[in-house]
Amino acid sequence: MTSVLTNLFDGVAYGMLLFVLACGLAVTLGLMNFVNLAHGAFAMAGGYVCAVLVNQYGWPFFAGLPLAFVASAAIGAVLERLLYRHLYTRSHLDQVLFSVGLVFMSVAAVDYIMGSSRIFINLPHALEGQFDVFGVGIGRYRLMIVVICGLLTAGLQLVLARTRFGSRLRAAVDDPRAASGLGINVPQVFAFTFAFGCGLAGLGGALSAEILGLDPYFPLKFMIYFLIVVTVGGASSITGPFLASLLLGIADVAGKYYVPKLGPFVIYTVMIVILLWRPNGLFGRTSAR
Amino acid sequence: MSAPDQVGFHAQQHARWHWGEFAFWIAALACAFAFPSRYLIMTDIVRLALFALSLDLILGYAGIVSLGHAAFFGVGAYAAGLLSLHGIIAEPVIALIVAGLAATLLGFATSFLVIRGVDLTRLMVTLGIALLLEALAERFSDITGGTDGLQGIEMQPILGRFGFDMFGKTGLFYSLIVLFLLFLLARRIVHSPFGLSLRAIKNNPLRAAAIGIPVNRRLIAIYTLAAFYAGIAGALFTQTTALASLDVFAFERSADLMLVLVIGGTGYLYGGLIGAVVFRMLQEVFSAITPQYWQFWIGLVLVVIVLVGRARLHRWVLFLPNLVITQFAGRKAAVAVPESEAQGESHG
Repeated sequence: MTSVLTNLFDGVAYGMLLFVLACGLAVTLGLMNFVNLAHGAFAMAGGYVCAVLVNQYGWPFFAGLPLAFVASAAIGAVLERLLYRHLYTRSHLDQVLFSVGLVFMSVAAVDYIMGSSRIFINLPHALEGQFDVFGVGIGRYRLMIVVICGLLTAGLQLVLARTRFGSRLRAAVDDPRAASGLGINVPQVFAFTFAFGCGLAGLGGALSAEILGLDPYFPLKFMIYFLIVVTVGGASSITGPFLASLLLGIADVAGKYYVPKLGPFVIYTVMIVILLWRPNGLFGRTSAR
Repeated sequence: MSAPDQVGFHAQQHARWHWGEFAFWIAALACAFAFPSRYLIMTDIVRLALFALSLDLILGYAGIVSLGHAAFFGVGAYAAGLLSLHGIIAEPVIALIVAGLAATLLGFATSFLVIRGVDLTRLMVTLGIALLLEALAERFSDITGGTDGLQGIEMQPILGRFGFDMFGKTGLFYSLIVLFLLFLLARRIVHSPFGLSLRAIKNNPLRAAAIGIPVNRRLIAIYTLAAFYAGIAGALFTQTTALASLDVFAFERSADLMLVLVIGGTGYLYGGLIGAVVFRMLQEVFSAITPQYWQFWIGLVLVVIVLVGRARLHRWVLFLPNLVITQFAGRKAAVAVPESEAQGESHG
């Protein structure tokens, strides 16, 4: 019984991590309708920045995390201004080709600079090991992930639903023409959102080094997971991807624990079935814009 | 002349073999004889060309974007490998066809999933199917050999007469003949009324349905056919290299394939063939510069192609060959046209 709860907790932590990694993609793919397969590359960038700062320059882990966010957001902002914005109106095929090209470049570049082996980030002692709550083993690191990601999710929801920027973003996504007619600087809103999403991915990348493993093939390995979160979750709100990532996280952890032989088989099947059943995602709006 | 007659006339004009095409195939054959030390890489190009031809059928003619075309390649490869390994069908040509049919079955079964939904759903579903098969192949490692792949495949002589030699001469000519025959078939199909209806669907599915084209059935048919081609390409891979491993399903294979087709251009059949040659040469050059990191340059090429614009790029690339063709065959010669203009033509 307790192992079930421990697994459940691990699954929740994993799912929340996936959400932080993928929610930037929920905006670009789900809302702006841009197929960005290179989202994982930004996560990887954040992870490596954090790893270098902590391992080589001896920064404390909690100082490395915000820097991972900032670095990925900066890379995202630069690439958005230079490259991505030219492709918003292009066909999906062009977007796929472009972002696959970026993935290949990032994989080879990181391999060249950092080497191809998996790297770890030195964690502070306070985060190691686990403690028991009524007999349920709770990993300290995973608990920290749940706390950080939970706070982020709540913050995002508040920003989107309550602030002026949130309503601008929703307006810009719903109808870019009308929004710019109302005086909203749509490209700026998109650029800012894109950069912020990349920053979150970078933060997620830094957090995930311990759990998912960080190596140059990260963007390729986890691309499908990010896509599942967004396509299954739908993009009408932030709740859809959030629930989808929790489901995915719990299912993946439970699957690996109880039926290790089946591997990722179950997840892909479920994804295909859900996509066929509801092409706009489980929690998506019924009609595509 | 009434309008339908004119359409038929133009379609027939377009379908005629022209000068450049003969030159292309003669050049291909000449290469096979001219570079006896390069059999292996030329075989590789021929396989890739066939695989790209398969993707061109669905992407260039029907407008289906697929991120998981390696699924059919992999099924063909494993089918051919298993048939030969267990001695079920020893004769390579029959085994090739059977392996192709295995991929066809999968293509037919999954086509129903693919025709549903829009671009994005299709991308995800095709990608999901390829990943699913990869996971399956890894799971049933007692059949597929897992990460080690199928080992100890011994190929019997083709038609009982032409044995595979270690220099790959037989393999090259075998692949080239298969490619040529399948190309003829594809050429016949895309210039048939069936092929024209596919173009109509690609340009505007709604309008195509309104003028009485059974859109879904046509898409299922072409998707299944493309699966057959990809399966044959995969089977050729196994037969000429005596190897089949998990990476036949890899995402990189599908992504590289897209690059091949994008380099060559979609929608005129030769795109995949030209793209395969250029892609392999690029790969050679890049791995000569930086052996381990050639993927970086491939990625760069992709990004640049997209940013410059595919149509614009093809106009530059095709400028010289078209100049030659028009010089020799007059201004009305059928020149190779880039994708965007080809669409414009079929609109007009």
